[in-house]
Amino acid sequence: MRHFIPALALAFAPAIAAAQGAPLRVPATVDTLPNGLTLIIHEDHSVPIVTANVWFHVGSGDEKPGRTGFAHLFEHLMFMGSQNAPYPQFDRLLEAAGANNNGSTTEDRTNYYEDGPSSALPLMLWLEADRMGWLLPPMDKDKVDLQRDVVKNERRQSYENQPYGMVSDHLPKLLYPASHPYSWPVIGSMADLSAASLEDVKDFFRRYYAPNNATLVVAGDVKPDDVRALVRKYFSDIPRGPAIDRPTPAPFVVKDTAIVLEDRVQLPRLYLNWHTVKAWHTDDAALDLASYVLAGSRTSRLTQALVYTGEIATNVQAYQDGKRLDGDFSIVTTARPGRGLDTLRAVVDAEIARLAKDGPTARELDEAKNAAEAAFLRGIQQVAGKADRLNAYFYQTGTPDSFQADLDRYKAVTAADIQRVVRQYLRANRVMASVVPQGKPELAAKKGVIQ
Amino acid sequence: MKLRTHLLILLAPVIAGAQQFDRTQVPALDKPPALKLPSLERVSLPNGVTVQLVQQHELPLVQLTLVIAGGTKLDAAQPGLASFMTRMLTEGAGTRDANALQGELAFLGAQLGASAGTDAFTISLNVPKRTLGEALDLLGDVILRPTFRAADVRRQRDLRLASILQRRDNANLLAALAFNQLVFPAGHPYHRPSDGDSSTTAALDSAMVRAFYDQTFVPERARFVVVGDVTAPEMRALLAKRFGSWTRGTSARTMAAVTAKPVANSAVKIYLVDKPNAAQSVIYLGAPGADRLHPDYPALMVMNTILGGSFSSRLNSNLRETKGYTYGISSRFTWAPLAGPFTISSGVRTNVTDSALVEIFKEMKMLRDLAVDAAELERAKAYVALGVPQRFETNSQVAAQLVDLGQYSLPLTSLGDFVAKVGLVTAADVQRVARQYLPASSATLVVVGDVAKIRAAIETLKLGDITLLDAQQVAR
Repeated sequence: MRHFIPALALAFAPAIAAAQGAPLRVPATVDTLPNGLTLIIHEDHSVPIVTANVWFHVGSGDEKPGRTGFAHLFEHLMFMGSQNAPYPQFDRLLEAAGANNNGSTTEDRTNYYEDGPSSALPLMLWLEADRMGWLLPPMDKDKVDLQRDVVKNERRQSYENQPYGMVSDHLPKLLYPASHPYSWPVIGSMADLSAASLEDVKDFFRRYYAPNNATLVVAGDVKPDDVRALVRKYFSDIPRGPAIDRPTPAPFVVKDTAIVLEDRVQLPRLYLNWHTVKAWHTDDAALDLASYVLAGSRTSRLTQALVYTGEIATNVQAYQDGKRLDGDFSIVTTARPGRGLDTLRAVVDAEIARLAKDGPTARELDEAKNAAEAAFLRGIQQVAGKADRLNAYFYQTGTPDSFQADLDRYKAVTAADIQRVVRQYLRANRVMASVVPQGKPELAAKKGVIQ
Repeated sequence: MKLRTHLLILLAPVIAGAQQFDRTQVPALDKPPALKLPSLERVSLPNGVTVQLVQQHELPLVQLTLVIAGGTKLDAAQPGLASFMTRMLTEGAGTRDANALQGELAFLGAQLGASAGTDAFTISLNVPKRTLGEALDLLGDVILRPTFRAADVRRQRDLRLASILQRRDNANLLAALAFNQLVFPAGHPYHRPSDGDSSTTAALDSAMVRAFYDQTFVPERARFVVVGDVTAPEMRALLAKRFGSWTRGTSARTMAAVTAKPVANSAVKIYLVDKPNAAQSVIYLGAPGADRLHPDYPALMVMNTILGGSFSSRLNSNLRETKGYTYGISSRFTWAPLAGPFTISSGVRTNVTDSALVEIFKEMKMLRDLAVDAAELERAKAYVALGVPQRFETNSQVAAQLVDLGQYSLPLTSLGDFVAKVGLVTAADVQRVARQYLPASSATLVVVGDVAKIRAAIETLKLGDITLLDAQQVAR
């Protein structure tokens, strides 16, 4: 992320339960420029605001060993000025127009967005086009060195100075083999960040930051023909880039692993991780719903067993993280004072075994589906959320308005599906990390025997 | 320029309709859309409780917020009790225990949240229109018939004790806790964390929670804010059925005026909290600020945007974008009925902690000593004023605006007045409020970091006296 935004409370966010009747639609048009840029437009005239959201199909999953963290470092450089909007015009012009902006990097993609009054759209598009086409002329070593320092500060702030933050350096390389591009964290290592050069920046830009590797969503209070005319005007001159080879990692089996990390924390925390499936795999939605049945609400099984009935943990979370190439499932739980992690580990294993044996109840399944739908709709109350989702769906499925199709995956999941995926994926080899207070290795979990 | 034109001719596909234009020119923009405020209706329940309503029929959803004046300023004798009681509301009500209540809410597709702010309790329900009636039945139980079972109170008390313990792990939190303890004296509502400390929390029991609830959840302090797919007569009938006979409290806890005054230093005071081997130093400094109704509010919003309230602010441009000391630095006023603090905060590399402090004080001094130029002023004013319409996109945002304005008895139209006042702020206004509020020579400054590595360098700056604080005492 280019700059930090304090978390907003989501507690009051809207929800919609299942069975509303009409299919969920976020109508969007798709145009392609001759240079390969995809333009997706969604009209929403409820409030006079607009968002421009660009996805470049490049992330840390496209990096090479020795240059980890580069995709994210590059994201920062995209704000350092382009030919016609020299630094610091990008931020100054947008702020003067009442607009906000940011960017973020994942394993699979890098996004950039501006939100503001609908009158600011020409400025947003002019700025995005200028850096898509003409970032390199004013780029120099000083800018790379400066943002390298900023990213190192980001790494310190978001990981190294956070309690339990060091675990995110360890989990990727234990879950994925060294040849797999998910085997390093998006933020990268300090050593690799130090190694990145101006030449690396130029090569990366020429390879990945081309219109044929980008999709642009404009959503909000706009007239589609006006948007098309503006996009043609600003983006048509940008030359097409080379075709891109994407990594195709080989299948693998996770080595059953347990590690213990000591940290300056008061309470020990247990991380359990399994290799599962990528986004939109036939088992992805069932695993997502399984995570809800296990830890999605105060009534879910692990929350009840660990926090309410057992009273041995302060909290527990579970999630399926299906990415473009692969996926993983995590359960994270923090012990109450005086408790060791092996007790928590045993309860988690027992609950997983019970879900694998009997599956969820009909009521649990309904609740999980309703909650999934509510969470899903919560993200698209604002045009900014819709725009990012349209870009995500276009990348994943080729159809921007895949909202109902995505929801249908969840609606189709049966109790038997959940039982099956728990058996198939959560009983296999796993990576277990115990983060314990310094000098207290005895609080770590033992490698469980999986029946 | 020549090279670029050359490239275009060689590589760019020629597209019908592509216009000739000068890319070097920043596009001229149309006038921004005017602020359009939602239209507000008002009805009352038989017991006098008011309902403010904004109809939004785009989606079959209803956002309902019950606001009860009061909040954490009422629990001075037992810090943490107000937020704890509010937490317990959703842990069992009517005939349902926590499990049944949460299960029922999930089944209805409803989200229920309860929180205690400094000046009000807020209970918020977001629900599909078709299950509104059933969800309001549950809300009726939560507001009027919470159970506060002893076993549930004990469980949540123990969980809160654990989370209080974990405050020691978090450098940002430690810095904020220390700052509030130093700037707001004991007896002031901002002195201690709203969640209380370990000793006040350990003393919590069911009877205390029940007594506090009885004294604070009274209809004469309550109002509803509703935004969504519902009409005023409909909503009035639905609410009257559940809350119409909510009777006036007999022993309402009084809301005494706060007499403790925040501490205004005559010189900079520095407090260090040791976090050995910290990856960075967390800097947190500031001084008493202003309350939300203060006439300086628009000028302060503009001044803060220039100093540290936007990405291109002076602090962020200097410490992040020029010096590379930090991932980000920002400043803010905390706006509330009771004046909150003005604060600047950042995480900086350990070995530049002293240099970062020099730059922070330099920026405060510059804004006090020199008038801002016209371009910077206009940019900040536009950023503040044009952000207002973006507060009205979702039902929950509209409700949040009504809840916020309501606690100052301000009408929605006051936002239009605010935008107009921002437009009138001058460079002289900015300099005047900078001089009055930026604590260039009177800040309370907290640094959480590796004291062995940063202390000597900070001493060399001779900014002010240094005191060492114990993390165990700050987060106790």
